[in-house]
Order: sequence, then structure tokens, then C-alpha cells
Amino acid sequence: MGENISTRVAYGRALAEFGDRSDIYVFDSDLKSCTMSMYFAEKYPERFFNIGIAEANMVNIGAGFATCGATSLVHTFAIFAAGRVYDQVRNDVCYPGLNVKVVGSHAGLTVGEDGATHQALEDMSLMRTIPGMTVICPCDDNETRLAVKAMLDYKGPVYFRTGRPAVESVTGDIPGYSFEIGKGCQLRDGSDVTLIACGLMVQRTLKAADLLAAEGISARVIDMATIKPIDREIIVKAAKETGAIVTAEEHNIIGGLGSAVSEVLTDECLVPLQRVGVNDCFGHSGHPNDLLEHFGLTPENIAANAKKAIARK
Amino acid sequence: MLTDEKRKLELMAATIRKTALETIHTAGSGHIGGSFSMADIMAVLYFKAMNVDPKNPDKPDRDRLVVSKGHCSPVTYATLALKGFFPLEHLKTFRQIDSDLSGHVEIHVPGVDMSGGSLGQGLSVALGMAMYAKANHINNYVHAIMGDGEIEEGQIWEAAMCAGFYKVNNLIAFVDNNKIQLDGRLSEVMDPNPIDEKFRAFNWNVINVNGQDVEEIANAIDEAKKCLDKPTMIVAHTTKGAGVSIFEDTARFHGGQPTPEEYEQAIKELDDRIASLEV
Repeated sequence: MGENISTRVAYGRALAEFGDRSDIYVFDSDLKSCTMSMYFAEKYPERFFNIGIAEANMVNIGAGFATCGATSLVHTFAIFAAGRVYDQVRNDVCYPGLNVKVVGSHAGLTVGEDGATHQALEDMSLMRTIPGMTVICPCDDNETRLAVKAMLDYKGPVYFRTGRPAVESVTGDIPGYSFEIGKGCQLRDGSDVTLIACGLMVQRTLKAADLLAAEGISARVIDMATIKPIDREIIVKAAKETGAIVTAEEHNIIGGLGSAVSEVLTDECLVPLQRVGVNDCFGHSGHPNDLLEHFGLTPENIAANAKKAIARK
Repeated sequence: MLTDEKRKLELMAATIRKTALETIHTAGSGHIGGSFSMADIMAVLYFKAMNVDPKNPDKPDRDRLVVSKGHCSPVTYATLALKGFFPLEHLKTFRQIDSDLSGHVEIHVPGVDMSGGSLGQGLSVALGMAMYAKANHINNYVHAIMGDGEIEEGQIWEAAMCAGFYKVNNLIAFVDNNKIQLDGRLSEVMDPNPIDEKFRAFNWNVINVNGQDVEEIANAIDEAKKCLDKPTMIVAHTTKGAGVSIFEDTARFHGGQPTPEEYEQAIKELDDRIASLEV
């Protein structure tokens, strides 16, 4: 059964587990004990390079390796991976279509006490807008492990988002759960509303579904670990069958999962949508749980938004 | 270097310039000044130094070049066409909507090892290629060409620090020190000098050459290959627009175009140079 560990630890372990491939090269920017690339570094030191605090250089070294046939994985905090080196990722990874995986750890509010400068709340938005980029944000240990394996088998640019705090392991216990890049996974069926979440909001969304069930509201729950390419089919099906949707993400409500879902609904099947996330503001220091509470990233708020969405039908 | 070899490289450099200028003229836009200042380096790299095969452009153990000053696509594409990576006729499509020959250097073009254009980034890419070769015991050399204005970008110095630290001796880079950037002279805009001392401080093997002298360039590359514990930076002292009198030492032709009369004069000068070098 699963383990209640952070997605960054699950990531690091999975990278080491599946890293026995001579084309895999791993780069970090003085954060290997934070991003957890250290597990790979310990196991395969000959294929690990510490580039120091120089993220731009790291991304392009990874790009250089990839032009020679390598699968490059570059590691830093999400705030730097998506923001500081946006130009390098756009022009030197995605435009040439190189096989570089950009791994951003410590994403979202739950960096906690380090505060707003380190809380990436725009990273999925920035990465999602680059042509050819795949964006993955797993929710727990099991999903992270499967997503790492899938990412390593996929050839092309990927942005992989992990978090700092330990999170409850949920997907391993759900019958029929599977991970595939570009596919959402229905964790629970429901008929009144659909809750779509990614990252650590998946667990909170499952709790929201429990709260709604206690009030007699049947909520479908979809784990959308791939933000891009978004699973249009599962969204449209949910919209048609449940008639109302709520998204939940540890990210600005602009540009991330909520936006991706709203784009699909706008194109194909307009139903009421409520987006739960950080309301276009910066985070600040605090205990991770207090921050999630403060910004409304709670089961209670997801449930409240579900009721609003249903009322708008 | 034998006199005849030198003559042939000089002839190639002049031919590259003429081909690049015709390419720009057909397109109606493109960067002349920086293309011309690095034409002699390109002639030496592709017609003497680099192990590349136009019939097998992707061979894994080939030498590589990252044109970090990616706006100098005219000289790059002209050189690759003359080397045989694609037909010279294809240059007529430069910058057209249905062509792969975009305004900045493109990895999708046969013979091009990496896209360029966002300045300051190519040295890191070349460093990655060189580190890959060392990690995989491939005996090749990786080159990068940067502009002197380009090294105002901070990432260049991240790469410089890293290449020196990892002793990446199969990396042989150039600064095309033509002393003029888009807005004017480096000395007026932002001066990165002394360039050689800076790279030396980052543990590079540094060689100063006359970047318009094919023999000095070739000798510097030979010397670089003898250095086993450091990357090499060849600081090529050049003239912007070198090879055509009216293009030389001015910011006007960084991206600007000559008048029809100036174009005719430039072609005549290049034809005269080519004729003087042909036997």
C-alpha cells in the first residue's frame, strides 16, 4: 500500500528506481537534497551533474545533452523552473522539441514559511502556454511513481511539478486507478457535479465529495494529473453527465487547471464552472496547512463551490 | 599553413560572404555586419577544422557548432550550403513563410546543431554537448560562436564558470569581437572588456587572434586541441562588416540593408576579392 510522503520524495525515489538507462542524465542546481534528485545522484553519480546556482545554464546544458540523444532531467524549485528560466525552456527546450524534463519542486503555497518569493502559483500557466510542452502535476506517491515512469518513456519536453509536504497516499487504493499522460482518472463516480483536481488538491477534493455526500449531493471526482495535454474527453463527458464542474488547484486560478478546463467547456459544452485556487494574488509565509486554509484551498470551500455550481445549472 | 591552403580558405571566406549577402538581398532582410565579421571563422571551421559529413549530418561523433549569435543565420546557412548540407538554390527561400531557413539559426536545418537567437544561451548548450561527449567517451570537439555584445548576458558567465570547473577541454568557443552592437559601439553601450582576462579568471585557455586571418584562426584551433585541462576561448578580434569597405565598422549594417547602389558595389568588391584569390 502507499506511503504518506511528499511528491518530491516519491519523485526522487522513482527517478532512482527507473534511472537505470544509459541515456538518462540528471542535473541539479544546488538543490538535490530538496528536489530529491539526490537519490539518483547517489545511485548513478556518473550520470549526475551539479551545475550550481545557475538555473539558466543548467537548462541549456540539459538541452545540449538532449541534442546528442540524452534524456535530460533538470531540477530546481518550481518558481525558478517556470519563471526564472522561462526563456531557456521556451527557446532552447520546447522550440527545438528537445527531450528535456523540467522538474519543479516546492510548487504552490505549501513551500510554507519560506514565503511568497518561493511559492510558485503561476508555473503551470507559464509552462502550459508553450507549444509542445506537457505539464504533469501528480497528487501522491503512487501517481508520482507512475508518472515518472511514463515521463521517462515519453520523448519530448515535460514540466513536472512536485510539492514539499507529505501528502496522503490515495490513488493506490482506488480500484481501476491508472496513470497515462494526457488522461484524467475518475476516482469516484457521481451525478450532480464533477470535481476536477490536481496535485495535493486531489485529496482535499475527495474529502469535499464526502462532505457533499453527507448532504445528499453526488459528486464525481476526477484526478487530472496531466494539465497539458488536457483530457478533453473526460471533461466533456463529466459536463454532459453532471452538468456542473468545480476545479481545484494549488495555483493561481488564472492559467492553470481551472483555465484549461474552462477552455474545453467553452469550446465544447458550456456548463457552470467554479474555480477553486489562489485568487490572483501572491502567497506569504506561514504553516502550509494554515496557508491552504487562509487561501480557501479546503474541502469545505470546494464543497461550497460545488453547491454554487449546481445552483447555477 | 601552406600558402595554397590559406588561399583556398580565404577564397571560401569571400565566397561565403558573397553567398550570405545574396541570400540577404533576396530575402530583403537579414544581418550583414555580424555575418561578415565571423565569415573567416566559419570558413576555417567547416573547410578545415570540423569533422562533419554533409552526407551524414547526424553522425553521432561529429564535431558540433552552436551559433549562439543566432541572428547571423545568413553566414551560417551560406556556409552549410557551400559545404553541401543542402542546395545553394535553397538559400533563395531564406526568411520566407514556407522555408525552414528562418531569420535565426534553426536546428531543423540540415547541418545545424542547435537553434539560436535568444542571446547568451548558446555557450551553455555547447557546454552540454561537450560534457555529453566526455561522459560518453566520444572524441569530438564542440564549438560555439558568440558576439561580443552577446557576452553582456549573464548566462555566458554561468557557462564560463561551469566549463572551467568541469575542465571541459573539448569545448572550443569564439567571441566575435567586432566591437559594435545594435545600438552602437560597445565602448558606448556596455563594454565587456577585457574579454580575455575575464575568461582566464574562469579557468579557460584563452587565445587572442586576428579574426579576419584564417591562418591565425586555424592555428588557434590547433593550439586549443593541445590543451587537455581547460576549455578554450578564442577571442577573435574582428571588424563588423569585414570584407566590404562600406559595411565595415558601422552599426548601420547590424540589421540594416544597403541601398541598391551599395549592394552592387559590395558584390563588385567581393567579386574582385574572389577573382584575386582564384588561380
